[in-house]
This record gives sequence, C-alpha cells and structure tokens, in this order.
Amino acid sequence: MTRWIDIAALEDIPLRGARTLRTPEGCVAVFRTHDNRVFALDDRCPHKGGPLSDGIVHGHAVTCPLHAWVFDLETGRTQGADEGVVATYPAQVMAGRVLIDVDRLAGKRVA
Amino acid sequence: MTQRLVIIGAGMASGRLIEHLRDTAPDAWHITLFNAEPRGNYNRLMLSPVLSGEKTYAEIVTHDDAFYAAHGIDCRFGESVTRIDRAAKVVHGAGGPVPYDRLVIATGSAPFILPVPGKDLPGVVTYRDLEDTNAMIAASRPGARAVVIGGGLLGLEAAAGMAARGADVTVIHLMGHLMERQLDPAASYLLQKDLERRGIRVHCRGATKAILGTDQVEAVLLEDGTVYGADLVCMAVGIRPEVRLANDAQLEVGRGIVVDAQLTTSDPAIFALGECVEFDSQLFGLVAPLYDQAKVLAGVLNGRVAAFAPVQTATKLKVTGCDLFSAGDFAEAPGREEIVFRDPARGIYKRLVIADDRLIGAVMYGDTADGNWFFQQIREGADISARRETLIFGPAFEGGVQSDPLAAVAALPPEAEICGCNGVCKGQIVRAIGEGATDLGLVRARTKASASCGTCTGLVEQVLAATLGDAFSRPAAQPMCRCTSLTHDEVRRLIKANALKSMPAVMQELGWNSSCGCATCRPALNFYLLADWPLDYRDDGQSRFVNERLHANIQKDGSFSVVPRMWGGVTNAAELRAIADAADKYDVPMVKVTGGQRIDLLGVRKEDLPAIWADLNAAGLVSGHAYSKGLRTVKTCVGSEFCRFGTQDSTGLGIRLEQRLWGSWTPHKVKLAVSGCPRNCAEATCKDVGIICVDSGYQIGVGGAAGMDLKETERLAAVATEDEAIALSVAFIQLYRENARYLDRPYKWLKKVGLDWVKDRVLDPEIRAGLIERFDLSQSVCQKDPWAERATPEAARRFHPLATLMQEAAE
Repeated sequence: MTRWIDIAALEDIPLRGARTLRTPEGCVAVFRTHDNRVFALDDRCPHKGGPLSDGIVHGHAVTCPLHAWVFDLETGRTQGADEGVVATYPAQVMAGRVLIDVDRLAGKRVA
Repeated sequence: MTQRLVIIGAGMASGRLIEHLRDTAPDAWHITLFNAEPRGNYNRLMLSPVLSGEKTYAEIVTHDDAFYAAHGIDCRFGESVTRIDRAAKVVHGAGGPVPYDRLVIATGSAPFILPVPGKDLPGVVTYRDLEDTNAMIAASRPGARAVVIGGGLLGLEAAAGMAARGADVTVIHLMGHLMERQLDPAASYLLQKDLERRGIRVHCRGATKAILGTDQVEAVLLEDGTVYGADLVCMAVGIRPEVRLANDAQLEVGRGIVVDAQLTTSDPAIFALGECVEFDSQLFGLVAPLYDQAKVLAGVLNGRVAAFAPVQTATKLKVTGCDLFSAGDFAEAPGREEIVFRDPARGIYKRLVIADDRLIGAVMYGDTADGNWFFQQIREGADISARRETLIFGPAFEGGVQSDPLAAVAALPPEAEICGCNGVCKGQIVRAIGEGATDLGLVRARTKASASCGTCTGLVEQVLAATLGDAFSRPAAQPMCRCTSLTHDEVRRLIKANALKSMPAVMQELGWNSSCGCATCRPALNFYLLADWPLDYRDDGQSRFVNERLHANIQKDGSFSVVPRMWGGVTNAAELRAIADAADKYDVPMVKVTGGQRIDLLGVRKEDLPAIWADLNAAGLVSGHAYSKGLRTVKTCVGSEFCRFGTQDSTGLGIRLEQRLWGSWTPHKVKLAVSGCPRNCAEATCKDVGIICVDSGYQIGVGGAAGMDLKETERLAAVATEDEAIALSVAFIQLYRENARYLDRPYKWLKKVGLDWVKDRVLDPEIRAGLIERFDLSQSVCQKDPWAERATPEAARRFHPLATLMQEAAE
C-alpha cells in the first residue's frame, strides 16, 4: 500500500537543490528540480559514498560532489560511462507540500 | 636568380599572393611589402565580428611578424608610397626608395565620402580598417547615438556591431529598401524588421543634406528636414578603387587600374591586384574573385600560363542572428518567372528566379541552409523544368533525405562549392581528407576552406564527418559542454557584446539545448555573469559547486573543513584560543596548518557549520575562502619588521593586498605571496601573483604554478612603492577575471594571451585605472563575509535535515 506523509513545504527545498531526510538506515536526499518536481533518492553515491544532496541539480539529474558521477533522478541510474544505481522512493508535491511514500521507504530497506 | 618584388598594400589579396609565391617558388622573390596601415595582413572580412565584440583583433590576424620574418619579407608598415618612378623602376616611400624588378599595386579601395557640409568634422568615420573599427568601438558606449549613412552590406554590419555594444543606432539609406543590390524588397523587409527588433532605427529614402556640428559632429540633417542627433557618423555609402598612385604614374586607369587577364597593367613590369583593379570593365568587391586574381598573378609572376576569369559570387551578411543569402540575378524582367515560399511566423522567405527553365537567381532570408545548393544549381545552369514543383524545398526534398544535414552534405556532388571565399569544392576537401587532413585545422591549412569569412565552417565539418564517419572528432576549440556548441571564449564575448545579464538570457539567446544547463556550464556561466555584471546579476548558489555553495571544503566522507582567514598569515593568542575552543566544542578530528599559512579544522559535520562559524565570527575571525575559485591566501615572510635581511615590510604589504582582494571571485583560485628579499622565504615565484621586495622597491611576477604544473612567475614590472605594487596586482587580477575562461589558472590563461598582451593593458595608466575601478565596483558587492551571512537562524536551517523519520513513523 501507499502511505504518503508530509515532510516539508516545497519552499523549504531550494529550487534546483536538495535537502535531506534522516532515517534510521541513512539519509534520503529530496531534490527539487527547475520545474518544481521532487525526487527522493538514497543520499549516498554507490561509488565512494558522496552525499548526492550536495551535488549540482540540472534538468532531472544530479552530479555527485565528490567525483562527478551523474544520476538520473527518475530512475536512480547513472548517466554516461559510470555504472551504478541508487534507490529511489516515490515523492510528490501536493498543495505546496512535499509528500513521500513512507511504506516504500520502510519496505525497500527491509528488502 | 632572386628577383625583387615590391607589393604596395597588405590587404587580403596581397596576403594570398604572398602565400602562393611562398608555396610555389619560395626562393624566386625578395619581397618588400608596403602598407599604409601600421600593421600587416589581417582578415578584413572579420572586422564586423570585432566591432560587435564576438572576436578580437588578434583572432583575425592572418600573417604575423613571425611569418614575415620567416620568409624574409621586408615590411614597410605604416608607410605610404608617395611615387612610382617607372623609368628607374623605383618605388618611393617616406622611409626611402626601393627598386623593383616587378611591382604589384594592391592598394584596394577607398571609401566614398559624400560631398556634404560637415563631412570633415571629428566624429565622422568610414568603415574600412581597424582604426575605423576601433573608433566605432570607442564611440559605442551604451546610450551613445550613432548614425550610419548607407544601408548596404558594410553599413548594416557597422550598425549591428555598434548596436550590439549598446549604442543607439540609426541607419539612413538613400534607396527604397536596404541592401537593394543583394536583396529584393520582401527579404529586405524581413531584414529591416530584424534590425528594428534590435533597436536599430531604419530611415529609407533618406538623402543626407549636411552633417551638423561645430567642432565635433552633433547631428545629421536630411533633405526632408529630419534631424538625427549623433555622437558618431559612419559613412558607408560605397567604395571606389584607390587609383591615385597609378594615375600619377600614368598607367591606364578607367574606374580602376586597367589590367588584362594576366593582371598586367599598361606597363609590363607592373601588375595590379584586388579591389583597385578594373578587368573587362568590371570592378571586384567580394573576396572570392580577389583570391582568384592572387592565384593567377602568382602563376604569371612565376612564368606560368594563367588567366583570370571572373565567376559569379554569392553574398552573406555577417550579422549574428540575421541569416540572409543571395546569389545570381533576381531582378524582375520579361520572360522571368519566380517561385516564392514564405513562412511569416518563422520569418522565412525564399525566392527563386527562373529564366528559360534554368535557375538564375536566389534570395533567402531566415533559413539559408540550402543557399549553397541553390548557388550550385545556378552555376550548373541545368534544366529544372522536371523538378520545378519541389525545387524550392531544396536538396532535402530532392534526394528523399529529410533534414539530416549530414545526409544533405553527403549527397552533394564533388564539384559542389563549399567555401565561396576561396572557391573550394567538396571534391578538393574530400581529397585533402584522404591525404591525411583529418580535422578542421588541417583541412583549412591544406585547402583554405573556411579560412576567410568562416561561415562555411559547419559545412566543412560536415564534409569531414560524412567522409571520415566515426573517425572524425570535433576540432580543438571544444564547446563549453554538451548544452552548447559555443566555446568558453565565445560565450564570454557574447555575454559582454549582447549584454546578457541572467542565466536564462544566456541560455535563450545563445540557444542552449538543455532546460537549465548542466554541472559543467552552470558554474562557469555563474562566474562569467558575476564578473561581467556585478551590479545586475545575482549570484546563484545552486549553480555553484558544493564548496562555494556551503562555503566549506567537502571531504571524502562528506564532512567539511573550516579555515578562518589570517591576514598575511599573521595571527595572535586570542584568535588561536578561539580556534582551539571551537576545535574542542565541535569535536574536530584534525587541526592542521596549511601550505598557505592558515589553520585548517578538518572533519566538521555539515549541520555544525553555521554554529562553528558564529563562534569564530565572535572572536573576529572571518571566512578564509579556502574553498573558493577566488582569492585564497597571501603568504608572507616577516620582512624588514624582524628579519635582518628584509628590505621592505613584506608582511604589511601582504596584509594590505589580502584586505583589498578578499571576497573576489575569479576563474580559478588565486594565491599570492610577498617575500621580503630575494631569498624568497614566502616562495613567491610559484604563485599566481608573487612579489619580491628589493632595496629599490618591488618586483611583481605573475603566472607561477606549483600544482599540476610547475612554473616560475614571469616579470610583470618592477615598481618603487607599495601603492604601485598593489595597483598592478589588482589590475592584473581584474584583467584575469574579465578575460580568462573558467577553471584556467592565471598561468594557463597567460599562455594563451601572452605576457605582452597583459603588459600592454596593465601597464597602460588609463587601462589600469579602468581595471581597478571595475574591480573596486565588483568588490562593493562581493566583499562580504559569507560566514556571517549564513549564521542567521533562517540561513542555518538549510544545513540541517528537513526532518528525521523515526522507525515508529515508518511502521
């Protein structure tokens, strides 16, 4: 099932930027793109563990601040030559609030 | 035996002649080259991009001093020839006579000056050479009023160039529509609309009556009574062959110097070449036939059989954003038919003129991609009756291949002309590629294709791509990133020239192909905009790399380092106590002294940053910018204050420099050092700017490096006082800020522009004053402590997680 919980106002996340969500299993990065969509991904680059939330957000992608791996925010997959994937979680904007699917967040971690 | 060849005039045709002689008979001639302009051959066609700011003069020089020296050419630049003595075979110039065996007159053309009152007033210029161009650049400051008399090719390029620099421009044209010799009224209308959209006023059917003003031009008065105020008037009403020398020497002169097909004048030892020539009652103004003449003349001089035969030429306007093309004969006449295509919404107009089932003329505006293909049809003169219905849709329709430029180029026959200026056809390029010319530069060197006006560069690249397939890699001038085909240098120049003051403006006007850029172009654009428009542009933190966005250096584990500023490397007990307290309070795992004489607190958690900054701020410490593409540190030795060898107060000078420069953003990081004597304890000779104090003053070196590359500084100047040392350092850094490409350290930038170029600017008192003024203006905005700005609770929130999800919440 899907259980959306309200984590913040959209305005709390900078446009073309990110904030983090702390969970017991590690941080999730919540991105806000140029078109005011939001995406939630594990805040940990599979390469060397860089905090993706500190990367530059461009289009629907983010560049890791440590070694410039680029991830597609929709799929969590790398673009270009590097190979890797980070977990993604359903997130959406409703009435100016950012909602995230808390069951998927929990479920993915268990699985 | 070597013969003496004297050439009068260093224009485009004579430059080409010299190259042909060098290639075919390098030792046959000893050449003396006169030029009334104080410089050698440059690409005059490219003056318009220089005027508009899209290119610099250095980029359009075709032959430099090294070339003349290498080929033993005696240069008599800045010297007018006063007389030709045909009987004695001697040319007389201000610097003395020169005997010749053969003489080439290549004096080009002179602008036509309207015989109206006021034509000699200061502020009235023509558009012919670099001096004219520089006069227009100087006069085109924003808000200045310029009037261009003449709406032909040259006049409109002048108008667009000055408008691009911010001048308020009016074009006065005698005829009913602009460029009436190259365009029909419909295409001319679209052109006029495009120009008016750029703020250029167009007055057609305007006859100039007088230029008004007392000791400087003030206005232009037309026959119909209209008056346009003007700080500068550019007369571009036409040119006439420059024939005065030939007249004085009693050579046969009509409208131009009369020559036969071997370019020989009425004196068999004297030849004429270029725009000053009249052949078969024709004059020549476009570059392609002049290059043909140069080639023929080189052959004739070397004793080969060669004859000049004029060919048809096509015209393009070099104004960024105005695409027009015309070729052949497109006047209306009995027996002629036309095919017209219009797309008003996109501003596209195409017209083909047909006579006797043959294409004889073409005019295109807005979409000129098929221009060369139509030109080819005109020259082939083939019967087009069978494909008349689809002819106007061009080669894409014809071959069944749709809108793939590569396929269109691949479909061209070998004899299709690619480079109009140099008359290079596809077959020659393909042959050169087969012989190993596998990139644009080599093709250019081998065939000259795209080496003049440059508009066919894309076509040549497509021929390369179509011929080489995957083996073709793009040329050395790399685009900035995958969002654009423009290079860093082009983007920088267009940001200035078109006054683009925001990131959306840059991306829209320069045709970015991504919605909001990428991680490569955004930080570069953010810097360029910040450096060029400090008062208009607002810094975009989201376009900065994390270190500059958070004002701390990210470490491998995602923690950060904190480095407070220590002016000139000097600290005291109170500051050290505050640093020690902060290290304790925030559990800093490592405290280390840096190479730039600062103290680094390593391993600070992101969410602790605002608090540790606030604590350090309270002790009077500010950000050391150890993370920025900006001023990092000024390293010093103790100097005359304590050291028994110190010659000056190097510590004091370092502190003054740091206080002046901190907070400024630069293309890459900038590090300085000041040593109190030549023992150089501050290691100043490997810094971006390094000052060595000596008894007589200060030696200023620039462009050192001790990172990826190791390089000693080069001497910019030696000065007597601290104030001068600071002024030169500031001016150098501002010049670097205004001109270097993002992520080039000063030494890399210097390698591209040359130390002399930098000296010419930084050591010129007037230019230096301007640089310093612009630097200080920028500092009035930039010199703020980023730590203090981010210590507010509102700003500090951004460093913390949005929320913490506990296990319960997830269940």
